[in-house]
Order: sequence, then structure tokens, then C-alpha cells
Amino acid sequence: MEKYVQIENVQMTFDTKKGPFVALRDINLNIEQGEFVSLIGHSGCGKSTLLNLVAGLTIPSNGAMLCAGREIAGPGPERGVVFQNHSLLPWLTCFENVHLAVERVFARAESSASMKKRTQAALALVGLSHAEHKYPHEISGGMKQRVGIARALSMQPKVLLMDEPFGALDALTRAHLQDELMKIATETRSTVIMVTHDVDEAVLLSDRIVMMTNGPAATIGEILTVNLPRPRERLAMANNPKYHEYRSAVLDFLYRRQLRPAA
Amino acid sequence: MNAANPGIESLNEITAGDGSVATAKVFKISPSINVSEPVPAAGQRFSMAARNFFKWLVPPVLGLTIFIGIWALVSQTSPQLPGPLKTWASAQQLFSDPFYNKGPNDQGIGWNILASLERVGIGFGMAAAIGIPLGFMIGRFKFLNAMTAPIISLLRPVSPLAWLPIGLLVFKAANPAAIWVIFISAIWPMIINTAVGVNRIPQDYMNVAKVLNLSEWKVFTKILFPAVLPYMMTGIRLSIGVAWLVIVAAEMLTGGVGLGFWVWDEWNNLNVEHIIIAIFVVGIVGLLLEQMLVLLAKRFNYE
Repeated sequence: MEKYVQIENVQMTFDTKKGPFVALRDINLNIEQGEFVSLIGHSGCGKSTLLNLVAGLTIPSNGAMLCAGREIAGPGPERGVVFQNHSLLPWLTCFENVHLAVERVFARAESSASMKKRTQAALALVGLSHAEHKYPHEISGGMKQRVGIARALSMQPKVLLMDEPFGALDALTRAHLQDELMKIATETRSTVIMVTHDVDEAVLLSDRIVMMTNGPAATIGEILTVNLPRPRERLAMANNPKYHEYRSAVLDFLYRRQLRPAA
Repeated sequence: MNAANPGIESLNEITAGDGSVATAKVFKISPSINVSEPVPAAGQRFSMAARNFFKWLVPPVLGLTIFIGIWALVSQTSPQLPGPLKTWASAQQLFSDPFYNKGPNDQGIGWNILASLERVGIGFGMAAAIGIPLGFMIGRFKFLNAMTAPIISLLRPVSPLAWLPIGLLVFKAANPAAIWVIFISAIWPMIINTAVGVNRIPQDYMNVAKVLNLSEWKVFTKILFPAVLPYMMTGIRLSIGVAWLVIVAAEMLTGGVGLGFWVWDEWNNLNVEHIIIAIFVVGIVGLLLEQMLVLLAKRFNYE
């Protein structure tokens, strides 16, 4: 398998008023094509920082980052980002929000009719064809997040980056969207990097779980490979002893070895 | 909202996966769906509507009645102040022929209002044409912000009329000087509010712009401008309020045709009824301008 995303010896230092602050150090991670990788850790451990680095929103202070063999020097259409709080533009309809992304990537090569089709296809993929002319304030939180996913997918990214995509949703909606994400990731064979703080979400969705130590100067503490057959059924997993093993392994890392100092 | 209203069945289908929150929201937003809800009998509905109407009407009417009552009482004790009835009679006469023209110093009330509105329009328009783009740039570029901040904080608190002599000196005429005063007093709220709006754009939106790699033009038309619009509208509303406040004072000093000059003229004629009428006219026109902009601002509120 090809290494799709390569992160080598990455360090991230922020300049603050109190002097330099080392957020991340010695990050080494290779991600293969089609792999689903979760980043998990206590808040403030720099998992979002790492995701922003891969997205190209910030540039590492040290080290090399490659995506599909090319250095990451900024955001690019081959890396689609889903934000935690959907970040839809409230003055555009769902269709227009997605179309904005489609337009940016395909305007040179394609006719407006085919771009329209792409937009509609992306909305159909997340099951929102009926809501394309609605504005974000007219739809529920779960639907907004789905539009956010459609927007990222519509650019046909090689890597999908998700920053706690379901963190702001209620438990039932979250479960529903996790199932859908699994289905979409399989269908589109996307490579996914997802930041999460939900242990069940990480085990259910991931091929590998990257567990991060506490900040400052956080790094990768352990990488857990999840060997559960796909497609994974939420209900079947509840009775699967291996699932619980993985789950305990992550919990053990988070709550025994990386117990968060009193916040 | 151009979404074709889906029927109840399809709505339930839409929201089935997302819990009841969505349903509630959708119901609130598409009023046409409410038709299917049980409605009270026609008679009951009418009496409820009537009661709401009175609740809405009674307090302001009561307030105005008390106000006019006090005015009538005060005018009883002070013979020089005309009472409501006398003022009303005078107003009827005045408004029976609002557009007469007997030379530059004696024109109908309509002409005076229009002349003031014209000055405010020109001054305010120029202030908007310069202030809004300037506000955008100050909000977008930190360097420019730091550069202009001391000038703005120094000049903003200056009383508008202090600018009048400068205007008279530069333009050597009364009318452009009055417009200049409007311009200089109306520009600050627009610069400041637009700049604040640009500063307050949620980082999320800018991240979207970055991630989607939008061009500067798209960033401006799809993100910056719509996000700043509500702030801009606030600035415009404040500006037009200030401009209308200042115009009366400026015209008193510069003369010509206009409400301010008219007030001063009627003071010289000792026609106190007309002065009171002018106060009401200024108030009503100001209120209308404000309401117009409130309506406009509502149209641009997305949340």
C-alpha cells in the first residue's frame, strides 16, 4: 500500500506573549490510501493542531509533511476539511455552500451543468437532496454537519480531514452520522483522518487509532491497530469481545497513563 | 426562502434521522405549514386579534395624550408658548400649500424638507462612498488600522459644527459647507462599524475560505461582504441619525432653504407655532429614515 500522508519529525511551536510554546514534537505518522485514522487525546493535546497542519492551515515549525508525495505548503483541494461546527455560510443555501467548493476545483475543466450535477451528487451522497434550497438556519445540526461533509467530499479530495465532526451533536444523531460516514468512506474509498475525543467513535470507525500524550510538547504516545472486519455493525460490535478489548486499551491509555492533571 | 414547501409527510421523512429539533425549526420557519394545525373558531380568533390590537395601540396613544395634555397645561401658564390647538390650526394652514415659492427666503414647508433631505443625501452618500470601503480596508489590514486609529479617535469626538468654518473657508459657499459638515459627521460610524464587522468575522468563515482556496474576489463577495453587511447597516443607521441631527444646526448657521434655516427664520418672525411644527417635522422625518433602514437591515439578517 502506498503511503499517502507522510508526517516526519514534525514539531509545532507557537510564539506567545510568554515566549515560544511547543505544542507538538517528534510527530511521525504514515497514512495509507483508503485508511481511516483517528487522532484521540485529552483536550489541549494538539490533535487539532496536527490536523490543521495536514490541512495546510498552519505550517510546521520543523519537519516535513507530504501528501501524495508532494510537500504540504498550504490548503489544497486534494485535502477536504470538515470543521467541528459545520462552518456553513449562513447566507448561502446548502446547494450554494457546496457549489462554492465545486466551482473552485472544477470551474476550469467543466461546464456549469456538470458542476451542478456534481453538487447535487455530493448532497445526494449525504442524503440531503431534498434540502438543497434550504438555508443553514432552516435545517438541524445533524443536517448542517452533513452539508459540511458533502462540501468536503464534493471536491473529490484524496484525504478527508475531520475535526471532531460530530462533537456538537446529540448522541442519537451522532450514531446515525457515524454509520453514514462509514458507508460513505467505504463507497468513495476515501482516506480519512479524524480528530475525536469519543472512544467508541474511534474504535468503531478507525483502522488505526493514534493516541496522543498530554500537552505541552505533545507527541504520539501509541498507535492502536483496530482489526475488526468491515462493514462494522454498531449493534454487533456491542457484543464483540475484541471491540471491548480495543475500547479498554484506549481507555487505559487515556485515563491511566495519560490522566489529565486537574484541569 | 424559496424552498418549495414540502408536505408534512416528506418533512417527517427529512427529519426522521435527526430528532425532533429539526421538525420544530422547520415548522417555525414555514408558516404555510401551520395551516394544518387546529385553528380556533373564527369568532374567537377575531376577538383575540382585536385584543392584541388594543394591547398594541393603547399604550402609545395614552402616552401621546398625556404628552399633549402636559403641553396644553404648560401653554396655559405661559402665554408665549402656543398650545396644541393653535399649533394644529397653524400646521393645517402650513401644509395646505407645502410647495409655494415666493423667492429664496419664503418657500413652502415641502421645499424646506426636500432641501434638507437633499443636503443630507449628498453628504451622507459621499460619506458612505468613502467610509465603507475605508472601513473594509481598515478592518482587513492591521497596518492601516494602526495608522488611522489615532486620527479617527482624535477627530471623531469633535462637534460637527466645529467643522463648519473649515468648510466655509475651503468651499467659499454656504451650501457645500453644510454638506461638508454632514459628510464629516456621518463618516465615522460607517468607518468604525464596517471595520469592527470585518474584524469580527468568525475565524471559521476565513478557514473555509482558506481550505476552499477561494480567490480574493470570491472571499469578498461570498464571505466578507455578507458577513459585514449587518454591521455596515448599523453604521449606516447611526450615520443617518447623526446626519439628520446635524442638518438643522448646520442650516441655521448657513441659511438658504432648509428646515434649519426655516426654524431660525421663524424665530426671527417670532412665529413660535412654526418652530414647534418644525420640531415635529424633524422628528417625524428622522423616525421615517430610521424605520426605513431598520426594515432594510432586517432583510440582511441571516441568523
